Amino acid sequence: MTHPSDTGPAPVLALKGISKSFGAVRALRDVSLELFPGEVHALAGENGAGKSTLIKTLAGVHRPDAGQVLLDGGPVVFHGPGDARDAGIAVIYQEPTLFPDLSIAENIFMGRRPRRSLRRIDHKATRDATTALMKRLGVELDPDRPARGLSIADQQIVEIAKALSFDARVLIMDEPTAALTNSEVTRLFGVVRALRDQGAAVLFISHRLEEIFEICRRVTTLRDGAWIASEPLDGMTEDDLVRRMVGRDLAELYPKQDVTPGEVALSVRRLTREGVFTDVSFDVRRGEIVGLAGLVGAGRTEVARAVFGIDRRDAGEVEVDGRSLPNGAPSAAMAAGLALVPEDRRAQGLVMDMSIERNIGLTGLGATVKAGLMDRGAERSRSLDWAVRLRVKYARIADTVNTLSGGNQQKVVLAKWLATRPKVLIVDEPTRGIDVGTKAEVHRLLSQLAADGVAVLMISSDLPEILGMADRVLVMHEGRLTAEIPRTDATEETVMAAATGRTAA
Amino acid sequence: MTVLSPDPAPVAEAPKAGATRLVDRVFKMRELAILAVFLVMTAVTQAGNSEFLSEQGVKDLLLNATILVLVATGQALVVITRNVDLSVGSTLGISAFAAGLYLQDGGSPVVAVALAVLLGIGFGLLNGLLVSLGQVPALVVTLGTLYIIRGVDSIWVGSRQITAADLPGGFVDFGSGGVSAVPYLALIALAVLVATAYYLRHFGGGRELYALGSNPEAARLAGIPVRKRILAAYTFCGALAGLAGAMYLARFGNVDSGTGSGYELTVVSAVVVGGVVFTGGSGSVYGAALGALLLTSINSVLPALGVSSVWVLAINGVLLVLAIAVDRIVALRVATALKKRNARHA
Repeated sequence: MTHPSDTGPAPVLALKGISKSFGAVRALRDVSLELFPGEVHALAGENGAGKSTLIKTLAGVHRPDAGQVLLDGGPVVFHGPGDARDAGIAVIYQEPTLFPDLSIAENIFMGRRPRRSLRRIDHKATRDATTALMKRLGVELDPDRPARGLSIADQQIVEIAKALSFDARVLIMDEPTAALTNSEVTRLFGVVRALRDQGAAVLFISHRLEEIFEICRRVTTLRDGAWIASEPLDGMTEDDLVRRMVGRDLAELYPKQDVTPGEVALSVRRLTREGVFTDVSFDVRRGEIVGLAGLVGAGRTEVARAVFGIDRRDAGEVEVDGRSLPNGAPSAAMAAGLALVPEDRRAQGLVMDMSIERNIGLTGLGATVKAGLMDRGAERSRSLDWAVRLRVKYARIADTVNTLSGGNQQKVVLAKWLATRPKVLIVDEPTRGIDVGTKAEVHRLLSQLAADGVAVLMISSDLPEILGMADRVLVMHEGRLTAEIPRTDATEETVMAAATGRTAA
Repeated sequence: MTVLSPDPAPVAEAPKAGATRLVDRVFKMRELAILAVFLVMTAVTQAGNSEFLSEQGVKDLLLNATILVLVATGQALVVITRNVDLSVGSTLGISAFAAGLYLQDGGSPVVAVALAVLLGIGFGLLNGLLVSLGQVPALVVTLGTLYIIRGVDSIWVGSRQITAADLPGGFVDFGSGGVSAVPYLALIALAVLVATAYYLRHFGGGRELYALGSNPEAARLAGIPVRKRILAAYTFCGALAGLAGAMYLARFGNVDSGTGSGYELTVVSAVVVGGVVFTGGSGSVYGAALGALLLTSINSVLPALGVSSVWVLAINGVLLVLAIAVDRIVALRVATALKKRNARHA
């Protein structure tokens, strides 16, 4: 740990040599961090670098295995989130944590309501204070409205109002801008600057590097749970920061092989699911990786689900190798050579309590049955084969998958589907939440598959991944395909423009 | 790394007030709807049988509802926290017998009631500890304690029985007496109900029960003492089941090892019919009490109309399914309405 300054003000909150493990996974290793009053500090790192664990340690949710949390220079132990809050630490999580059944006012003041005689809640004071907070934030939200059904931006506002309501000295924001529009981000930054000028320390996490440079003064970078650097942002470039986060050159992370696309393997024509997506048509050829980009909620996952037949389509055709697929029949899609690696591997891709062997075996139940009974030997050798090919790191193949790290779980999901030898592979957010090393391996694997003639449709919110891996980029905006951009023309700007609907298709 | 972001509705928007009113109305509607059904049913029955709303008729109706209202109030608290207590019937039975045994030996009625309540608190604590510390689904844990308590009860009581003749006359008179048509027991239940509702509305602990049922993870992050609250809800529920046991004894004077058997299902039905959502976070004890009133009045209405009482169970079941269906449909309607409103401003 560098010592940032011996002359300036003392850090209001600091972490010293924090380590935290979950089972076999070491989420944080000897991490240190200092937050100074009147400063916005960025926390940078790839998905899975340990940012969330660090935040939860500051918030009193996790207790570190080793190391100290220092408040105003003195060691403290937070026994729970309440302790951290009482110390003046407010956390705004990536997923807003509201109570849908309670009113906005109650959400803001939960646990610290204004009281009147006999410790009763002063409902009027609660409501008035909420109205005042909303005025301060420049928004009109009815304090009595239940939180259910609020847009993400409004939920975010309620979370910020919560932090304001107890004059937090430390404000931790985990990707607060991920779901906001530009004008909402501007407003949010106004609030953050005002808080900073009042002497609050802000820890800011964002995947948008330009935002980090816009509002933060210093940055601490984490990689694979380890502290990499804490330094002023002044004089750094975005490339410098990315190098810190990734720890290697980008070319290495996106090992895309050039291929000549073959015949059309997957053809989607005028696919429509009412109220979800409309008139979506595209082809994926053998050997091609087609990226499907768009904002969260643009309908990408839904298109994939309808193509595979998990959801029924209201109109349109899906063809694999020229043969039309029946509507709403995943088993027919599988038989035709389609494979779908879903976004949420824990909930949809894996049976967490089952062994690696049996998880991979799930898609091959037809192939490993002898005289109506499971051939366990065949299942094992098939699973072992794929686990080795994908370099899954495990102790024994009979271990349950919940003992594996996120990256290795993702490899098991991939193995499970690759074992069906698909002609068309649809991957939805294939590298979300996995470490950089595994990410590169997954990319190498996808590239290899394409080179072997598999048609790959890759849905991703990770723009560098789309740009680095895709031969062609399809962009969706509000349920429609708005652009098809060849590799040579695809840049962050062109994709973002189409994704936000700034250009017509 | 860059993450693409959606483009949700702008924040400041006036027509939100419409959504607020809509949601508000839906939730207040529930209690009113039950009340309306109850009143219509009563009116129809009265039209068919003028004896139904006589002083004695009203008194019987209230007496029958009282015990269920009491237990449903406690159960509602537990259900609001996204849990359930299936052991209330067993707790009621064993507390009633304990109180009866004490009175039989010449004990004072006040101490007997206290004894029943304390016994209920004990079992409530046991349930609460198992659920909050064991992190096991409440349905399974309390199913277990249901059988354990009933088993202990059976061994202890054996073939013994307590009858009204064994009890002090004053105690039994109190159980059936009242101020004109309103029984004393109903007044006690009403007091408990109003106090509970007031606590839930006006005290931090009460609101936190809703909060942790609404979103347990957020409750933890907000620093709510989740375990303590769940423990408190179960303890209160157990206490009311114990009190209900004492009332049962006063009302019927007749207790054996099977008393209260199967009662938990009626209680849970009353709570759900009353609009306390099984997934936690929403509903009121008044709703639960109205649900209890509705279910017990069906018991009185059918005989008064000359319909065989064998229909009671089936009708209760229909009401239950209807209530859940209504909840679901309303929830979906509200969700689409809110979505449309949000979309319109996008």
